Amino acid sequence: MQLTTRHLLGIKNLSKEDISLILSTAEQFKEVLQRPVKKVPSLRDVTIVNLFYENSTRTRFSFELAEKRLSADTINFAASSSSAAKGETLLDTVNNILSMKVDMVVMRHSASGAPHFLSQHIPAAIINAGDGINEHPTQALLDAFSIREKTGGLEGRKVAIIGDIMHSRVAQSNIYLLNRMGAEVTVCGPPTLIPKYIREALGVNVSYNLRETLEWCDVANVLRIQLERQNQVLFSSLREYSIAYGINRQLLDSLDKEIVIMHPGPINRGVELDSDVADSKQSIILQQVENGVAVRMAVLYLLANRNN
Amino acid sequence: MAVLLSTEQLSATIRTLAKALRERHPGFEDVVFVGIQQGGAVLGEEIVAELQRLNPGKTIPYGQLDITFYRDDIRKNIIPPDKMNIHFGVENKTVILIDDVLFTGRTIKAALDVLFDYGRPAKVELCVLVDRNEHRQFPIQADYVGTTVQTSRTDKVKLVNREVILIPA
Repeated sequence: MQLTTRHLLGIKNLSKEDISLILSTAEQFKEVLQRPVKKVPSLRDVTIVNLFYENSTRTRFSFELAEKRLSADTINFAASSSSAAKGETLLDTVNNILSMKVDMVVMRHSASGAPHFLSQHIPAAIINAGDGINEHPTQALLDAFSIREKTGGLEGRKVAIIGDIMHSRVAQSNIYLLNRMGAEVTVCGPPTLIPKYIREALGVNVSYNLRETLEWCDVANVLRIQLERQNQVLFSSLREYSIAYGINRQLLDSLDKEIVIMHPGPINRGVELDSDVADSKQSIILQQVENGVAVRMAVLYLLANRNN
Repeated sequence: MAVLLSTEQLSATIRTLAKALRERHPGFEDVVFVGIQQGGAVLGEEIVAELQRLNPGKTIPYGQLDITFYRDDIRKNIIPPDKMNIHFGVENKTVILIDDVLFTGRTIKAALDVLFDYGRPAKVELCVLVDRNEHRQFPIQADYVGTTVQTSRTDKVKLVNREVILIPA
């Protein structure tokens, strides 16, 4: 069994079988990460470039660690310290790097569609590590892996995605994935941060009421307000947002069940999540980070030989 | 297709292998058993069950090992991994590796690489059901052999449904 795709550009084009294959392969890599020697020789002769045109801590470290655990050779690129700052185009930069015999490209870019553009012009396998407000496929895969691990499956699971849906690639990738795997999704947030017609376009429930949403869901995936992508005023203040949509201990304790709390990071503590929620035993935020390495190992491993 | 070992012959061979293992390791002190996925894991389970029957009071550690991530042909073909389950330490233990068919020796070479990422065993022994010894590509030999067969290079030999069969190319 193999993936039906040469690149991982988004969840949108993955089949249910592709997603299942990545998740089950990731389970075996998670086992690798528990061993005394947390490394396998699988990608010994593969060279991977990490192209980060946008800031990242978790995703960049997670990919780099995944690559090293697979024994791949890696080179890192940060736009701020490179010739991109001197005016070189994306395609020129990548072609120059590829002429040094690189097999795979992991890319984060602030422009939606940048990895799709690249995939049409270069022979290497491309993995999207987040493109603008479009998709962040490995985040959705690690979220799904974490939900499956914590609750036993995805089919029929009720997942709420709460916060800035409008500017979130994590939300979009999660919606594609959860829908495909048979979970039910509700997006929740202030009306100005939820795209109009998202119900019709993506087949999700929409709610503007946090309490009702938490009462409905099994899992709440809480997102950050992406101030860096907002170029107009969409709510009056972070304080007001926090009062209406922030999750605190009191609110969670008043529900008649224990829901699972997730967050892709970075957390703005006291805004979307209070510390006593983020650090509680209901939260699987750090497990998400741990699972991220295993899931990215699975993606890299399954795509490694597809350009031959 | 030819049957190399019938179900009855397979059971008899498993009993013989178990007997040989018990002779060399009477108390099973510091001995652990590891079957290689997939055929070896099936066989290993049966051998350990037989040993367990012969030594009722004793708990015999048994795990499964998958070599997928250690294959030397990864650029030719990506294979989804099987389950890995070594729930005990191998440090300073005698590890009995179990596989159904010993052919080129590449699987065993990879299995040794896997094993050493779990610790440093004192000793590793190899137990196989079928030895196709004229096709070896590495200096690897088994310590316990069920049966040795003459095959041509392109034949496939497999343990399926409690029979060992030969499928000519």
